[in-house]
Formats: sequence, structure tokens, C-alpha cells
Amino acid sequence: MEKNGNGQKHTIGVVVENRPGVLSRVVGLFSGRGFNIECLTVAVTNEPGQSRITLVTKGDQQVLEQIVKQLNKLINVIKVIDFREVEFVNREMALIKVKADQQTRAEILRIVDIFRAKVVDVSPNFYTIEVTGDDGKIAAILELLGQIGVTEVARTGKVAMARAKKH
Amino acid sequence: MKLTGAQIFFECLKKEGVEVMFGFPGGAVIDIYNEMPNHDIRHILVRHEQGAAHMADGYARATGRVGVCLVTSGPGATNTVTGIATAYMDSVPMVIFTGQVPTALIGNDAFQEVDIVGISRPCTKHNYLVKNVEELATVIKEAFYLARSGRPGPVLVDLPKDVLQAQIEFRYPKRVELKGYRPTLDAHLGQIKRAHDAIAKSKQPVIYAGGGVIISSANKELTRLAELMQAPVTTTLMGLGAFPATIEGPTGNRELNPKWLGMLGMHGTFRANMAVSHADLLLAVGARFDDRVTGKIAGFAPNAKIIHIDVDPTSISKNVVVDIPIVGDCKNALEKLIESFEKDPLKDLETVRAPWFKQIEDWRTNFPLAYKQEPDIIKPQFVVEKLYELSNGNAIITTEVGQNQMWTAQYYHFNEPRTLLTSGGLGTMGYGLPAAIGAQVAFPDRLVIDVAGDGSIQMNIQELITAVCNCLPVKVAILNNKYLGMVRQWQELFYQKNYCATCLDAAPDFVKLAEAYGAVGLRATKPEEVEPVIREAFAVNKPVLMEFVVAQEEGVYPMVPAGKNISEMLLV
Repeated sequence: MEKNGNGQKHTIGVVVENRPGVLSRVVGLFSGRGFNIECLTVAVTNEPGQSRITLVTKGDQQVLEQIVKQLNKLINVIKVIDFREVEFVNREMALIKVKADQQTRAEILRIVDIFRAKVVDVSPNFYTIEVTGDDGKIAAILELLGQIGVTEVARTGKVAMARAKKH
Repeated sequence: MKLTGAQIFFECLKKEGVEVMFGFPGGAVIDIYNEMPNHDIRHILVRHEQGAAHMADGYARATGRVGVCLVTSGPGATNTVTGIATAYMDSVPMVIFTGQVPTALIGNDAFQEVDIVGISRPCTKHNYLVKNVEELATVIKEAFYLARSGRPGPVLVDLPKDVLQAQIEFRYPKRVELKGYRPTLDAHLGQIKRAHDAIAKSKQPVIYAGGGVIISSANKELTRLAELMQAPVTTTLMGLGAFPATIEGPTGNRELNPKWLGMLGMHGTFRANMAVSHADLLLAVGARFDDRVTGKIAGFAPNAKIIHIDVDPTSISKNVVVDIPIVGDCKNALEKLIESFEKDPLKDLETVRAPWFKQIEDWRTNFPLAYKQEPDIIKPQFVVEKLYELSNGNAIITTEVGQNQMWTAQYYHFNEPRTLLTSGGLGTMGYGLPAAIGAQVAFPDRLVIDVAGDGSIQMNIQELITAVCNCLPVKVAILNNKYLGMVRQWQELFYQKNYCATCLDAAPDFVKLAEAYGAVGLRATKPEEVEPVIREAFAVNKPVLMEFVVAQEEGVYPMVPAGKNISEMLLV
């Protein structure tokens, strides 16, 4: 059985105890069992002593099921949020360095405006742009800026949160 | 009064009821050894740390209690890794204490420093580096709790030297608080009901039990359920002893239990593999559908509705997708199924099951486990049969790994749980002798036999002196075929007899070797010498190495070639 080749991307939230080595347990689980990590973010939460990992992985339903179970099995994992089961919002931030000269500056600024992005650094030949959004939005702005000349990209990876119940 | 970390270590062990530990000293744990004479916890000094880990494992498997070992930092710690991985694969409760360099030196590549927490992470249930003496007691309490609860497993605790020397008031926590650890033990009644209904509809059920039944002490419940279901039972290697292979016959003699199918899988019996392949319902209890059991997944129990009871949710639908998963402790789930069938018994069972048992009986009589006896050469299977006969089936058996292990599984009949200690998951050669020593420590008056090969026994032979100097009269039966027999068998069958690197004709004289260690050495080269040698070994109250010079190219059969359906067996 090929574990990662096929299947869709899935987002999983993992609430962990904030202790040394916990991230390595989570990451080690993925590498040791041949699971795939597309991206991963981790930071503290509002609960003291707890951190939250958001990761995106790829696999069929059986693999996904195993990933969720294996994560739950880790002693330092407090909760696993399987976003297959709930509606959720997700965001990612990207810093994009793009070539900017006399001819392209205006066009870049128009794109920045359309995407509600920000120029956070300016130099004679480059703009650095900050953009926040879901996968689709980041991909779209990268596509457009790519035609002008992107030299560097740094992305945070996705964070996700289930939508609150309506009542 | 303030205690040092080393003193706290002993106080915690006493609170956990630890009576014995297996260990080897070194610089990082000298403080513990310095404190040791003040406490009456027995310490067995091993000759190699791998031995300590396997002894703690053997002790744990034989008793069901947590096995404990204590080693120093660096090489002391890394030497235990194979033993830890062995215990992890077979869900054995163990706590491994490793010394560590002082906290100030961690990360500096100090002398005998190794990141054992990092190294052992994938092969422990959990592990800890104790950063200060304040958390020492809590960590030890958690370690024992984790090791023995839920699906048991090894837990490693790394103890920096300065933590062992620091002082603090000793308080042992009353309870363990682990937010992320709540094993599901109580089986869901809705699932039990679904299982009941599926079983009620089945005509050709098979119970497939694994080591989980032994771990949760559910063997009586398994036998009772098999009775209520009138179902035949097969077990994995790890499950041998969970169901009585023999029962008392009308004349008072032990005879084969008609419900017993024998072990299944790659070297399973013909009837077990055929029964699973033809079953319309498979009740898996505390087993994990290992590849050595299932063969080709698509061909495993192809017609069966599958019910799977396991305490570990990750075991369910990992390899084989199951129809009715039941997460819970085996004993709890089996008790509920029993209650359900007692309340609402299955009807006309004798009539419904008669053709199924007739079919199984036909498979058994037409293709029994068999080997060809020869007049001048000892057959290894014959040695195992004799060990069974002369021990009245009452011994604790350990094995090494390979042909010796499979012949033991096939030809020794296990009737009680915790009487076969063998490395099933990891397949660790060198396990048997130290595991036998660990079991003998727990049960000094019982007969403990390690069935070994001439290859495996040399992997931890140094522990023979541990047995001798602690007066632990383990018996080792070496089936000497002058080969790494299982690999040779694969080379014979699948690699055109290219016996590369499997011939061990350069071997020590095992009788002299035994004598050099202060043990007794015995040798049999002809079939008629087998029984006298075994009798003599059993009679002497010392460790004994018995060497049986056996047929060199004997194979283990039946055999399911890798990647085939388990119904496609090679028979002799």
C-alpha cells in the first residue's frame, strides 16, 4: 500500500503539552511511520502550558485515520482536531520579495491592493510584500507576482480553527 | 527530612512494589549503586546491558508485573535499545532507568553522553529526561503507571547525575495526572450488541486471539466465550497459552483440545490457516493483524465479517479493515460478550457447527503437523516434543528467534498464559537466555527452558555467568544445525540454495563452554540420547546447556511464502 502518493490534503490541529521534545515526538511519528507533512506550524495558545500545532498532511482515509489515532496515542498530546469532521477557517501568511523597477512598481502596488496585502519593505530594486489568506489566495498572488519576478518566499504554514457553533 | 535523588529513586521503587531490578553500573549511576546496600531491592548484575533489558522483559512477561532495569549513560543506555524495542513491539511493561551526564553538561558531547531520550523515542511508550530533583518522584510514578496501564509498554527515565545528588523533601504523589492519556478500557455496549448479532448469524466462526488476551489476563474468559460460541480458536505466536492446546481426556490423559486450531500465519498449522481462510466470521481479540499472520492482506479471511477487540485504537483497521471495531480491554470486552451470550444463548449450536468442526477435523487429520523421524539423526521437532513430554507441559519456555522459535510454537503445547516468552514483533535473536533468567528470578522453583539455536544462543551467551552466580538453574536446549537455519531455509526455497553467510560450522564446543562458565554441559547426537540428556538436565539444580546435534537442513513447515495467501502453504 502506498501511504502518501494519492489522497487529498487534510488539515489537523494538535493541542499538546508545552514541554521539551514534544514537537519531535509529533514529527518523529510522521517520519517513522512514513506519513507525509506538507506544512506545520506551532505556537503557544491562551491556555498556559499548552501549544497548538496545525499541520497539513496527505493520504487516503485509512492513512488519515491512522494519523489521527497515532497522534492521540502520544502521551503529551491533549487533543486532536480532525478538520475533516468540522467546518473551519484557515489562514496563512506569506512574505514575498519581488523585483520592482520603474516599469513594474505600479502594477505590483495594484496587485497588492487587490489582495489587501501590504508592502512591508522597500528597496531600490525590491518590494517585500506581506499577504494573509487561505491556500487559494496565496497561490493566486504568487502566480501574479511570479510573472513580474519573485526572488524569495517565506510562508508561515497554515493555522486553522473550527467555526463556532451558530447557536 | 531531605533525601537525595538516589534515595528518592529507591523510595519510589518501594512504593511501586519493585522487588528486583536488573542492571549494570557506571559513572553516571554510581550514586544509585552507592545507595543500593541500604535498601532491600534485589539487584541482578548482568554482563551486558542488553541482557538486563531482556531479563526485565522476561520477568515482566512471566509475572505480568513491571520489569525494571538500571544502566549507566552512553553505551550503557544504547546497549538496552534492542531490549527496549523488543518489549515495545510485544507490549511488555518495563521501566528502564538510564544514567545521564550532569544537566550542565548535556549537549556538550560529554564523556559517555548520548541523547537516549531521542534515540529511544520511537521504541518506548513514553520517555522522560528528569531535569531537576523536584520532578523525580512524579516522573517515576508516571513511568510505572504508563508502563502497566492501557496497552503496556516500556518507559525510559533518563537520570542526570546531579539530579541523583540533589536533595529535596520526598513526597510521593498519590495520583497520576496526565491530560493526554486516558486509555479506553470499557468496551462500548452498542458494539458488543453488533458483535453478538454478527456472531449469531455466523456458521463458520473462528476466534483469532493474540498477546492482548494474555496481557489482560482474559484467558479464562476466552475459553468460556469459545464454549458459548462453539467456535474454534487459533492464536498468534504471542497468544500461545491464552487458550488451552490440550484438555484432560476421558482416561485422564491430556489430549488435543478439539477447539484448538494451533497457531496461524506464516508457520501456522494447515487447519488454522484453512479455517481462517474459510471462516464467515473472524473474532480478533488482542491481536494486531501482523504481516506474519495475514500473509497477503487481500487474501486474509476473505469471506469473513471481522470483529476486532483491542485496547489500542491504532491497531484497529491499521492493516485489515474491520467491520465491527471494539476498543477496550480484552477482559472487559470478553466479559460483556459472555454476559450477552449467557442472557441470549445461540440456538441449535451443535447442529449448526457440526459441519464446520467436521471440516476442521478433516483438515487436521489430512494435513497434521508432521516431520519424518530418522533412525540416526535427531530431528529438532523431536527434541521439542520430548521437552514437552518430560516437562509435563509445565515449564516456562523462552525461545530465541528463527527455526527454534517456530518449532517450539508448533510442537510444545501451551495450556497456560505466561508460559511462552518469545520475541514476536521484533524477532530478537539473543532474547531467550536472558528472558529465561528473568523468569527464573521471578519463579525460582519452576522449570525454565530456553529453546535456542546455535546462532541465537551466541548473541547473549555472556549471561550464562549471571545464571550461574545467582544460582538460577535455567535449562538451555540448543538445536544445533550448524546454520542460521531460518535464513538458510529461505535461501534454500527462494534463493537457489545460495547459502551465503548462513553456515556456522565454526562453532564453540558448547559442552566445554558451559563448563567454562561453571554450568553443566550435555550433548546428544543420536535420537536415543535425547531423552536421557533432557532427564539429566532437569534433574540437576544448576544451569545446563544441552546441545542437540540435529538434522542440518530441516525446514519449518507449513510455510506461507512471503506475499502469498495464508491458504497457499508449502507442506514439507
